[in-house]
Amino acid sequence: MINHLPILQVIVPLMAAPVAALVRKRGVAWFITVLATWASLAIAVLLLLDVRDGGTIRYALGGWAAPWGIEYRVDTVSAYVLVIVAGIGAIVTPYALLSVRREIGVKQAPLFYSALLLCLCGLLGITITGDVFNLFVFLEISSISAYALIAMGPDRRALHAAYKYLIMGSIGATFIVIGIGMMYMMTGTLNMADLARLLPSVGGRTVTVAFAFLAVGISLKLALFPLHQWLPDAYAYAPSTVTAFLASTATKVAFYVLLRVVFSVFGVVFAFETMSLHWALLPLAIVAVLFASLTAVYQGNVKRLLAYSSVAQIGYMILGVSLATVTGLTAGLLHLFNHAVIKGALFLAMGAVMYRVGSVRIEAMQGLAKRMPWTMAAFVAGGFSLIGVPLTVGFVSKWYLVLGAIENDMWLVAFFVLVGSLLAVAYIWKVAEAAYFKDYIGDLDVREAPLGLLVPMWALVVANFYFGVDANLTVGVARQAAELLLGVGP
Amino acid sequence: MWIDVPPFLPFFIGAVLVALAPRGWARNALLLGIPVLGGINLIGIQAGPHLEVELFQYTLTPFSVGTFSLLFGYLFHLAAFIGNLFALHLKRGDEDTLQQSAALVYAGSALGAVFAGDFITLFIFWELLAFSSVFLIWARRGERSVRAGFRYLVIHVLSGVLLLAGALIRFHQTGSITFEYVGLEGLAGWLLFISFGIKAAFPLLHNWLTDAYPEGTATGTVFLSAFTTKVAVFALAVAFPGTEALIYIGAAMTAFPIFYAVIENDLRRVLGYSMINQIGFMVTGIGIGTALSLNGAVAHAFNDVLFKGLLFMGMGAVLHQTGRMNGSDLGGLYKSMPFTAALTTVGAASISAFPLFSGFVSKSMVMAALLEEGYLAVWPVLLFASAGVFHHAGIKIPFFAFFAHDSGIRTKEPPKNMLLAMSLGAVLCIGIGTFPQFLYAILPFETGYWPYDVTHVLTQTQLLFFGALAFVGLQKTGIYPPELPSVNIDVEWSYRRLAPKAIRAIVPAISFVNRTVRSAAVSQFNAFQRVAPRIYGTRGMARQWPTGNMVIWVTVMLAAYLIFYFLK
Repeated sequence: MINHLPILQVIVPLMAAPVAALVRKRGVAWFITVLATWASLAIAVLLLLDVRDGGTIRYALGGWAAPWGIEYRVDTVSAYVLVIVAGIGAIVTPYALLSVRREIGVKQAPLFYSALLLCLCGLLGITITGDVFNLFVFLEISSISAYALIAMGPDRRALHAAYKYLIMGSIGATFIVIGIGMMYMMTGTLNMADLARLLPSVGGRTVTVAFAFLAVGISLKLALFPLHQWLPDAYAYAPSTVTAFLASTATKVAFYVLLRVVFSVFGVVFAFETMSLHWALLPLAIVAVLFASLTAVYQGNVKRLLAYSSVAQIGYMILGVSLATVTGLTAGLLHLFNHAVIKGALFLAMGAVMYRVGSVRIEAMQGLAKRMPWTMAAFVAGGFSLIGVPLTVGFVSKWYLVLGAIENDMWLVAFFVLVGSLLAVAYIWKVAEAAYFKDYIGDLDVREAPLGLLVPMWALVVANFYFGVDANLTVGVARQAAELLLGVGP
Repeated sequence: MWIDVPPFLPFFIGAVLVALAPRGWARNALLLGIPVLGGINLIGIQAGPHLEVELFQYTLTPFSVGTFSLLFGYLFHLAAFIGNLFALHLKRGDEDTLQQSAALVYAGSALGAVFAGDFITLFIFWELLAFSSVFLIWARRGERSVRAGFRYLVIHVLSGVLLLAGALIRFHQTGSITFEYVGLEGLAGWLLFISFGIKAAFPLLHNWLTDAYPEGTATGTVFLSAFTTKVAVFALAVAFPGTEALIYIGAAMTAFPIFYAVIENDLRRVLGYSMINQIGFMVTGIGIGTALSLNGAVAHAFNDVLFKGLLFMGMGAVLHQTGRMNGSDLGGLYKSMPFTAALTTVGAASISAFPLFSGFVSKSMVMAALLEEGYLAVWPVLLFASAGVFHHAGIKIPFFAFFAHDSGIRTKEPPKNMLLAMSLGAVLCIGIGTFPQFLYAILPFETGYWPYDVTHVLTQTQLLFFGALAFVGLQKTGIYPPELPSVNIDVEWSYRRLAPKAIRAIVPAISFVNRTVRSAAVSQFNAFQRVAPRIYGTRGMARQWPTGNMVIWVTVMLAAYLIFYFLK
């Protein structure tokens, strides 16, 4: 049993998905989903503990040995991301019960849960696999279920948003598969470890082009500026649960794919010295931070505002990667976790507002702090973390990012990180000002959100502060993962 | 000493308890008990680090007793006690208890900052100071206070960000995060200097103070006046003692607010300007950097908290009773508020540095140190400033509030707790002024200085009496209506007997440059604000792009990568 943990990680949500669709009762479907996500979290935690003690776990699927069969590989990096994805899943699904009841029809609800489980399965699969084509398959599983999930949004524009995401996501996936195909053409293998061994000896223009295709394809999945345009609409019009789930996991997993391809497959020497990847990533990351933060300031829909803020946060993560040092990469990986916790809390707070008020526009939030004090307090607390106030997780990642930039003598980069924080103050303040300093004008029967929504929301808020004070665990794991990727660790 | 409790901890716990405590004696006991117990906790504490904490791979010392920590520690406990006593009557509604909790967090953060052993701890408390104190401004409610509070917050967060940046760079260069002497060298030094300078209200960085403090609540401003700027003075004393630039910055700080204070009508804003002026003396003292001058600087900080607190309490009591704060609306209140009038006058005498009042025993140290070190050009500026203080804070405040023409307002004395708090302040002002040896005993350095010698007393008394004479003369001849700023400039400079013509030329020139620079900056910002929504709003870059557009971008990116690699 314990030896089969890597495959169970993927199989549990995959098997639960059709069951949830078939039971046709939304309560039962929800219960199955909760069981499956918590089981996934338990498996992910066990894997992380295992990896931290004993090093990389290799699991040959169906007993076929590595270069021929598909191999699952769990090291500190993948186990870390698995825990984040499964953890967010486990927190979001209890929240879904009430939120889905409000936003999604009775008939669709079991299908919704089924799609959510498939999406989780896909994201976990991408993270755990050691085979590039298998990665592509899981990428498609997660993406297609994500399109379906977004299309179920209560707003009619959700359909259009999902359609656009479908087109763009497919193009991204195509680019990725083209890149994989070219690598296969040159080396004859799809196994990542094998590719890493063979690629340096083949070289040539095909590999260069493969690298470019992969870089662009992954950037699209990652919503790296200027390929982010599908993201704001998708996040703004998706059901609240889906927004919180995808914002905290989907782009994070795409970020993981970038790390895997760049560091584990092509290797740091090829990517940064031969291909000068940092000269492509660094300017885009900085522009993403500044542009997306400024745009967020001028949004009237708070979910859209947070979506633009996500684009900016992706910029921070990519900034960490483009430094290509242990500190920089640690900062990027830290922000992976920290941003999942921050945005999860913020989007769950907005979900609660949607549940009670039926709108997430700033005007609808005027004076809402009197009516929904816990929800708005959670939003402000999450906002503090997003800004990077000390004692929150946001501060920890900004700290390492600035430190990494200074280590490379990139003062201007450090400066832009701080400017980004100030812009975050501006857009969070907009919401806080409306909620706390305006008079309430909405319906009289608006009350505080029910506990079913508040508990998951506050669980994430508490995590924001807990990991902001006691950062040893996250920093330790992130640093170990960064050293592993750069190949300098023990 | 039982155990090493970090001084900020009782305040933070107390803030939570006060928020939860039922009304009445339990809360009162908390509000008054915490500063007392905290103060007792400090007695007999040893110098050096007391507590070390690991925060993501750095060793922090959130409780470390440095050269100046104890003096400021006692001072902040005292100020918190007086402030809490003054605000004890707040009972109505939930916002007012929020104010009491915020004040405790604020006082606790100030204590945390003065016992910080490293820059990260300092930064954390630096930001907490801003975030807790802004509630004391917002608690007054109303559009003006909210906006002023937000401007205040932005400036202080900026100061914190600069502090963090400076600390990071310093860590990168020296590998140390210890909060110690820095000096004005390199980028790190300058960033820290500017960060501290913002909080200390250096000239041109001072606007947040005179903008926000008059917008605070009647009780909140008493707290505001005690902590924020004094923490900055402490930080400067630790990191930049003997930095010569500070002497000139300090001299400018003492002199320029005088002009603004004289023409200002809002009496609490007048106090705000006089606060900058007093901090100027401290900054000068730090800049000189000798044992005597540093003693003078921190002793003056100690006294300033007490007498400025007393003045703000007096004005707070007036605001609380009448709801007005403009000099032109007030007057003749001594009939209905005789105790408040008398107590405020004690504060006014102290800030003017009358012998036997507290201002005298500390300000004279800075002045003496200036002469000892031979800064003969700066000395007259500070002398002029002393006269100016006497004029606007010593005479103008009590005169326009309690005497002058009768405004017809009939009211009562403020609540007992307010009177009690003011009395405590007044007793301390006179006590320290008369028996300075108790204050001198807790100063960081041993200098054997004694202020009551013939020269000092005589110079100061002369200065004060001629100042008073000028005021009376101008008042009698009718050229002192506060509405006419040009007359005020004459008044100021008659003390110095300088050619009024030159002054008339200089002052408008300064204010012209000041105004032009500011309005240029503001118009740039406004222009950006007009254009930005068009670029970044939902009709600009954030509009819903058609898919074709996005595909073009994908192609562009791929082409860019390929061309880049082809050219390499």
